[in-house]
Amino acid sequence: MAEHAIDRSKMKVSDEVAIQITNMNKWYGQFHVLRDVNMTVQKGERIVICGPSGSGKSTLIRCINRLEEHQAGQIVVDGTELTNDLKNIDKVRSEVGMVFQHFNLFPHLTILENCTLAPIWVRKIPKREAEETAMHFLSKVKIPDQAHKYPGQLSGGQQQRVAIARSLCMKPRIMLFDEPTSALDPEMIKEVLDTMISLAEEGMTMLCVTHEMGFAQAVANRVVFMDKGQIVEQNEPREFFNNPQSDRTKLFLSQILGH
Amino acid sequence: MTNFTPFVRSEMIDPREPPSGQQGLVRWARENLFSSPANSVLTVLGGLAILWLLMGIVPWLMHSVWNAASLSECNAIIAQTWGPDATGACWAMVRERWHQYTYGFYPMDQYWRPNLAFVLMLVALAPVLFLSLPRKMMLFSLSFPFIAYWLLWGGTIWAPIVVALGFGVMALVFRFASPKLGVPVGAGVGLLAAAAWWLLVQTPLSTALHSAIPLGLREVDSDQFGGFLLSIVIGITAISASLPLGILLALGRQSDMLLVKSLSVGFIEFIRGVPLITLLFTASLLLQYFLPPETNFDIILRVIILVTLFAAAYIAEVIRGGLAALPRGQYEAADALGLDYWQAQRLIIMPQALKISIPGIVSSFIGLFKDTTLVAFVGLMDPLKGITAVVRADINWKGIYWEPYIFAGAIFFLICFGMSRYSMWLERKLKTDHR
Repeated sequence: MAEHAIDRSKMKVSDEVAIQITNMNKWYGQFHVLRDVNMTVQKGERIVICGPSGSGKSTLIRCINRLEEHQAGQIVVDGTELTNDLKNIDKVRSEVGMVFQHFNLFPHLTILENCTLAPIWVRKIPKREAEETAMHFLSKVKIPDQAHKYPGQLSGGQQQRVAIARSLCMKPRIMLFDEPTSALDPEMIKEVLDTMISLAEEGMTMLCVTHEMGFAQAVANRVVFMDKGQIVEQNEPREFFNNPQSDRTKLFLSQILGH
Repeated sequence: MTNFTPFVRSEMIDPREPPSGQQGLVRWARENLFSSPANSVLTVLGGLAILWLLMGIVPWLMHSVWNAASLSECNAIIAQTWGPDATGACWAMVRERWHQYTYGFYPMDQYWRPNLAFVLMLVALAPVLFLSLPRKMMLFSLSFPFIAYWLLWGGTIWAPIVVALGFGVMALVFRFASPKLGVPVGAGVGLLAAAAWWLLVQTPLSTALHSAIPLGLREVDSDQFGGFLLSIVIGITAISASLPLGILLALGRQSDMLLVKSLSVGFIEFIRGVPLITLLFTASLLLQYFLPPETNFDIILRVIILVTLFAAAYIAEVIRGGLAALPRGQYEAADALGLDYWQAQRLIIMPQALKISIPGIVSSFIGLFKDTTLVAFVGLMDPLKGITAVVRADINWKGIYWEPYIFAGAIFFLICFGMSRYSMWLERKLKTDHR
């Protein structure tokens, strides 16, 4: 995976609960997408969620920052319960960063403006300070020299790293990744994964929907396997990959690791 | 078995010129004008048609007369100079009547007022049209409507100032109400407060101020407005008011709130379903019945309001097209960063949706500007029909036909062509997606 050995010194799971999901259910019309999902995420955990397409894994993490609304059960993020209260939703969203499959950068703004927009308007940070923070995180994802270009001028991998930097500029406590490498060419996947690994090394709480099993083995402390809207199996990565319990998991793993 | 010869190139080929018939003008003509026998025939026929038109128009323009007191004098000069059968344009009419085309029946000794207002308008428009100019200039742009009103219509200076204060009241109320009540309710309360100000405070306050410090210009009645002064007053006001209104209607149409949505849809569909002339007749005749009997609601103001509403409905639909073209991911990214609805709209959604809609919006504006000539039907002196009718009613210019329409048409063309070029420039300038 990464060329250097992964530094696990700061990857500590604390006792503090970051996300608590209790008996959560969601329907799209009549279709039952998420069924009785229960999950506790502790601070500092790095969770990889995998499963066949349509299993509800993206929907699950999109419920955590209320891009999708759940219809039953409870989601508590960082002590705030997600209800229809807009104040709570905006509070949770400003503390939970999200990285999308298709980057979703703002094409009419420069890279720097993409990164400073939310800090300036949501956090009310002075422009200069926001720009310093943005440059800091852009250096961290190794593209400070692109700050004044527009997203359309960057490669997919660079755009995704900007998207990560944009989220980090809000100093989030939790990061959600929704298939961050699925839309990328193979050679660009690595640069994005490296960025995610260094984020994990700093102790960020991360939930990643991804099919990058190498990343799961290297960084995750827990792998969650979903099918038909429910959690089928979860375990630490070594056990999960070497000794899967359910037949559905075995079938899935044989299909994605089979060749 | 192999059926190809193994090959290794020993020398690279240097670039050469294309063959002589394959470059420059010859190639262009062959590709675009004579690419097939049928196209060659069409090219020749088209060329002949253009030639025939020019043979009619060019002599007429070449025989133009600029100095004459009447149409018959024009004709006499043409017959004398180019022979009895010659035709020629009589621009002497324009030379004599240009001021009516420009100002209508605005008092001549007061022409400096519309002139000054026009120059100030250019200054006020500059920061709106050219984003690179300092944003502080927008303060002048915001105060320009009040200055222009006072310059054009005259009267006491306090009336527009007190009206402007009403907007100040609205902003102040909105500022304090919106954090507690939310943006839409806050805006509604602000609007009510301003309406109360204009209905209850306006007249007594401006009268009192005027008697304390009498400062004013000679009043000019709306009936005296005409020509391009009238077109520009109606056009520019309606254009600047219909864009924000159109944005709100487009957002309203997409709203989750049933009441807002159905009001927006109802408004847009009603306005689009009714001809503009109907609305103008409503403005000139019907509206007076609904208002309290003693109110004298200015006819130009009434027309501006209805033209604005008319254009706003079209612009709302154009912007809705722009909104629909935005990927869902843009909304989601804005949400995920914690921006609230109005921030997301203002910073992320609208800049992109408006950019996509520029051609449609500018088309609506051009249409609106040309539609200002329809005010002729409610008795206002528009440059095309109103003023031309006045000119042709003069015994000196009776029977003049092409010249007034060509003159007014040319000025409309210049203004509309300017808008169209500006929109193309703006599109190029805002193009950042590098597709």
